[in-house]
Amino acid sequence: MAGIAPDGPTPDRSAKGGARSVGMRGLTLPLLLPAWAVIGIFMVLPVALMAIYSVLTKEFRGGVIWDFTLAAYDQFFIDRGLFGDEPARIEWTYVAIFWRSLWQAGVATLICLIVGFPTAWFIATRPAGSRPVWLFAITIPYWVNLLIRTVSLKFLIRDNGPLNSALVATGLIDGPLPLVNTDLAVQLGLFYSYLPFMVLPIYAAVERYDFALSEAAADLYASRWVTLREIVLPVVRPGIIAGCILVFVPSLGAFLAPDLLGGARNFMIGSLIDEQFRGSQGNWPFGAAASMILMSMVLIVLVAYARNQGRAGAGRARR
Amino acid sequence: MTDAIDIRGVVKRYGSVTALHGVSLTIADNEFFTLLGPSGCGKTTLLRCIAGFEDVSAGEIRLFGQDIAAQDPNHRPVNTVFQQYALFPHMSVIDNVGFGLKMKGMASAERRARAGRMLEMVHLSDFADRLPAQLSGGQQQRVALARALAPEPRVLLLDEPLSALDLKLRQAMRVELKSLQEQTGITFIFVTHDQEEALTMSDRIAVMSQGRVQQIGTAREIYETPVNRFVADFIGETNLVAARIDSIIDGRAEVTLPGGQRLSCAAGAATSGAGAHHLSIRPERLNLVAAGAAGSDLDAVVERVVYLGTDLHLMARLDDGTPFNVRLQNSAGTTIPAAGARVGLAFEPGAARLLAD
Repeated sequence: MAGIAPDGPTPDRSAKGGARSVGMRGLTLPLLLPAWAVIGIFMVLPVALMAIYSVLTKEFRGGVIWDFTLAAYDQFFIDRGLFGDEPARIEWTYVAIFWRSLWQAGVATLICLIVGFPTAWFIATRPAGSRPVWLFAITIPYWVNLLIRTVSLKFLIRDNGPLNSALVATGLIDGPLPLVNTDLAVQLGLFYSYLPFMVLPIYAAVERYDFALSEAAADLYASRWVTLREIVLPVVRPGIIAGCILVFVPSLGAFLAPDLLGGARNFMIGSLIDEQFRGSQGNWPFGAAASMILMSMVLIVLVAYARNQGRAGAGRARR
Repeated sequence: MTDAIDIRGVVKRYGSVTALHGVSLTIADNEFFTLLGPSGCGKTTLLRCIAGFEDVSAGEIRLFGQDIAAQDPNHRPVNTVFQQYALFPHMSVIDNVGFGLKMKGMASAERRARAGRMLEMVHLSDFADRLPAQLSGGQQQRVALARALAPEPRVLLLDEPLSALDLKLRQAMRVELKSLQEQTGITFIFVTHDQEEALTMSDRIAVMSQGRVQQIGTAREIYETPVNRFVADFIGETNLVAARIDSIIDGRAEVTLPGGQRLSCAAGAATSGAGAHHLSIRPERLNLVAAGAAGSDLDAVVERVVYLGTDLHLMARLDDGTPFNVRLQNSAGTTIPAAGARVGLAFEPGAARLLAD
């Protein structure tokens, strides 16, 4: 615990800031510029464009007309019949797609966690010298393009693919399991797409975990299971949460896995958005509006989590 | 009465490395027992074997007569104060202290009350709801102590608990630890490499080196009657002079020193026989006389005189080149020899100890 300051408040921030500004006066602005440019061009601008497009009028065959309207949001939430002349009812179609996306992403995240935690634990408890090799092994498949990996997975699990053939050959099942075009296929696809995003943050947390804590728990009469629940999991929780966010967020907006593995029945919101920007069938304002809704939902969840963490973690120093 | 701890022939091997070579010792109930030795001597390994974090390769560990060598650590009625404290970072101080009680199934209200009393004992009542990271090193150390004492273990194991503290705090904690031990009546097994720590607190000390116990005894026994060169050299400061044993009769040995001087001293653990032996003479257990005088046991040439106020430190050399240090009290009549002077060293009765090696 050498890093922990003795009694007294944390070092004076203003003094530190003062020291930093010495010799930098006049350079502050130019030095900040690249950061601002990156944030502006790659983050603020695209989101602003998306927000603007979502309140414009759609042009047939793609594109937009610069007429302000909330029609896209109206279309997402409210059903006015085929010709727009019926009394307004709630539109369930897109909400259902949205809900299914949440479900699929949630299940995929759970599978990633169940598989990823033991994997990360295993790697983090190897001798220090061999850990990079294991991490390397985890990341190698991800050098291959996501599309190719997803298609390969489809070949693996289709009716006459290797998995079903093997199962039939061993006599475990009579006929091939219908795997393609199921929820499970999509969940597997998402799981395989984003597994490293679960493993790496958990690995980082477990690697920093002080195993003397487990010894202390055992010394104080805790069984292995209780030690895991009461000590290990709470201490590595930030890594688990980070992993879950990193898997859940891209899974929610994914369209490759649901398109290729799920078929028409397992439509997810990523595919819906994807469709709006393709060819003459597209509807740019509607796609933009769906994106904005998706983003707001994710944002609300993350902000709620961050505020919760900020309160719980106030004054908690890293060991 | 049954001993608190009875260790019989404990061997610990890691692959081809042997960390403990058949250690045997007994520790009485209510005793403050210290395992003292340099790093790598096996003292921490032995402590971890008692706690159950390491399996012994051979041997028995008995706790109040019951063999616990096969028990998991969570079933052993011993608790540990860890070197880096190992406080649970996500739990408040009081929850840390109450953890062992919770695991033993104590109800919440009773647990809180008991943990509160433990915090009172270590003077941390005002910090009950803080997180460990919000405490200073010394405070964390006391939380670790309260946490380990709360379940009332029969034996408390302390793994160099003071080594991370600064000197002043360390000295204060020595006194506090000793009085805690007397207050609670729990057997303490304390691991340290710091001889001063060991000498101040312990009822008995086991000096360890290279996976073996070299000597067990009170602070005084270990300082005044070391059995071998390692113990003589490791505890305090000493002068080692090569000696040849001429005869041992009735526990008294006649030895010949390199300069041809003959000396009679207690044989101690030494047995007669060929091979080099050594005499240990503490630098403060002798007087200066004129060189070659009748009372002189050995003559030496002073090379350097260091004036330390209360003390004088002479660095001298015997005729055969062996360095020899002398500490003299700086009293009114002390004559301070000049560098280069030849002096006679007169050993106090019993000051020269014959060692086993």
